[in-house]
Amino acid sequence: MTDVLQQIVPLLYLTSAVLFILGLKGLTKVRSARRGNAIASLAMLIAVVATLLDLGLVDYRWILAGLVVGGAIGGVAALRVEMTAMPEMVALFNGSGGGASALVALAILWLEVIEPGHSGTAASALGGSNALTAFLSILIGSVTLSGSIVAFLKLSGRLRGRPGFLSARNVINSGTTLVALGIGFYMTFGAADPAAVATWAVALTAVGLLLGILLVWPIGGADMPVVISLLNSLSGVAAAATGFVLDNNVLIISGALVGASGLILTQIMCKAMNRTLGHVLFADFGDDDTDTGDNEYTNVRSFSAEEAAMMLEDASSVVVVPGYGLAVAQAQHVVREMADILTAQGAKVSYGIHPVAGRMPGHMNVLLAEADVPYEQLLEMDRINPDFKTTDVVLVVGANDVVNPAAESQPSSPIYGMPILKVGESRSVIVIKRSLSPGYAGIKNGLFEHDNAMMIFGDAKQVLQDLVKELKELA
Amino acid sequence: MMGVLLVGLYVFVLACFVGFEIITKIPPTLHTPLMSGANAISGITLVGALWAARSGEAKISSILGALAIACATINVVGGFLVTDRMLGMFGSRKDK
Repeated sequence: MTDVLQQIVPLLYLTSAVLFILGLKGLTKVRSARRGNAIASLAMLIAVVATLLDLGLVDYRWILAGLVVGGAIGGVAALRVEMTAMPEMVALFNGSGGGASALVALAILWLEVIEPGHSGTAASALGGSNALTAFLSILIGSVTLSGSIVAFLKLSGRLRGRPGFLSARNVINSGTTLVALGIGFYMTFGAADPAAVATWAVALTAVGLLLGILLVWPIGGADMPVVISLLNSLSGVAAAATGFVLDNNVLIISGALVGASGLILTQIMCKAMNRTLGHVLFADFGDDDTDTGDNEYTNVRSFSAEEAAMMLEDASSVVVVPGYGLAVAQAQHVVREMADILTAQGAKVSYGIHPVAGRMPGHMNVLLAEADVPYEQLLEMDRINPDFKTTDVVLVVGANDVVNPAAESQPSSPIYGMPILKVGESRSVIVIKRSLSPGYAGIKNGLFEHDNAMMIFGDAKQVLQDLVKELKELA
Repeated sequence: MMGVLLVGLYVFVLACFVGFEIITKIPPTLHTPLMSGANAISGITLVGALWAARSGEAKISSILGALAIACATINVVGGFLVTDRMLGMFGSRKDK
């Protein structure tokens, strides 16, 4: 029986790895995405069953306790979460993934080095490469855990979203990284008795947690898409490192897939902001030698919802450009309601989505999908930009920097070079905004002074509700 | 010993390439479900956590293992469920 199992378990792991890849492949198309997710969850089930078979008859008390508690928390969170809160949710999941990897590596250290009272280094007990990857797993996992918690606090508004200016933060961060690496190497190859290994492992975890906080703390709200993608990637790398500790290929493969996924998203987000990853992590935004210019506005025309509704009534093509303000105001449903009225009147309505609109990759798409907006109407920046010239009305809802023409026209602007949605090329632009206060980049938006731009000041949801009311009255 | 590590590295590097190939093809519309799905997949550390918690005794390693199981299960259950919920919304207009 055990012989047969020993043959079957590796095959089950192989099946699981293949299904993970097929599941991800399903995510490349909207139509097959849901099935892809189901395939990936089947892969997970197979991997868990294989592991339980491999373990054989053991004491299941701790295992059951962990499964029940984790399953309950995860299940309730997944079913309760609002779509507007997805960035926070993903941040927390990144954190618990990283935390799980660090905990596994710590548990292995205790199980095989510290508790048996092994006299010698961790490297001599586990083997050099396994001990080294255990160290990496603890470090990356704890950085991911604390970094994600800080990201969560910022995203949910419990911590200031604006970048904090820690002077000399680069010196502090590189110093902390060096200390963490030093402790890790000493824990692995230096400490030669169980008590010492335990002490250094705790120290490594603590410094890792501190490093995660220091790294994410100074990063501001609009850079969150980059940070959240990077933490996503790290949670995968931590899982792969755990795979090396256990010599388990399913962990290595799945971890690599997640690591690659997060890294690609990080790249896409950086490109969409015309910034490098290093700049996001290590430079304070706007602290380069750039000119933020004059923040005074002239020639701003403020309109009422009634006037805007009349313009929309006449329009035969309308593009909605949503931003983070849409998510904050939870205005996705009323946007859809307005679009439905316009469509019923014969107008063509689509949505122009900037890659970094919102606080995480794809944030706007999920919000609008929740409001039943057909995904065919959600157009990427490169697709929609040539269309603006022939668009009657662009409605900018809670977006600012991603439509700022300074990115194209002012080489001295901190956002110069960032690809933007060229809404100014359309016949008229309606901007719904709380006030004239600058966006994340802290600079003036020349669009608001354009002759074809009109501002409606107010909460996005309230203004849109007024628009819907006016449109209904006009009809 | 080095043999196992080397095989592991081969697997890791090749899997990274597979990941890059597939994920660059995922459209921006699906980037949020991709992240939450990736969250669920990174819950694969559950496999390692099960190993770590296999002894029923009240030892530090078992407690760490049980905590790891809880964290990883949050990812697995929560990640797959919330991804499914989101993807259900993407399809809803079509099904009507």
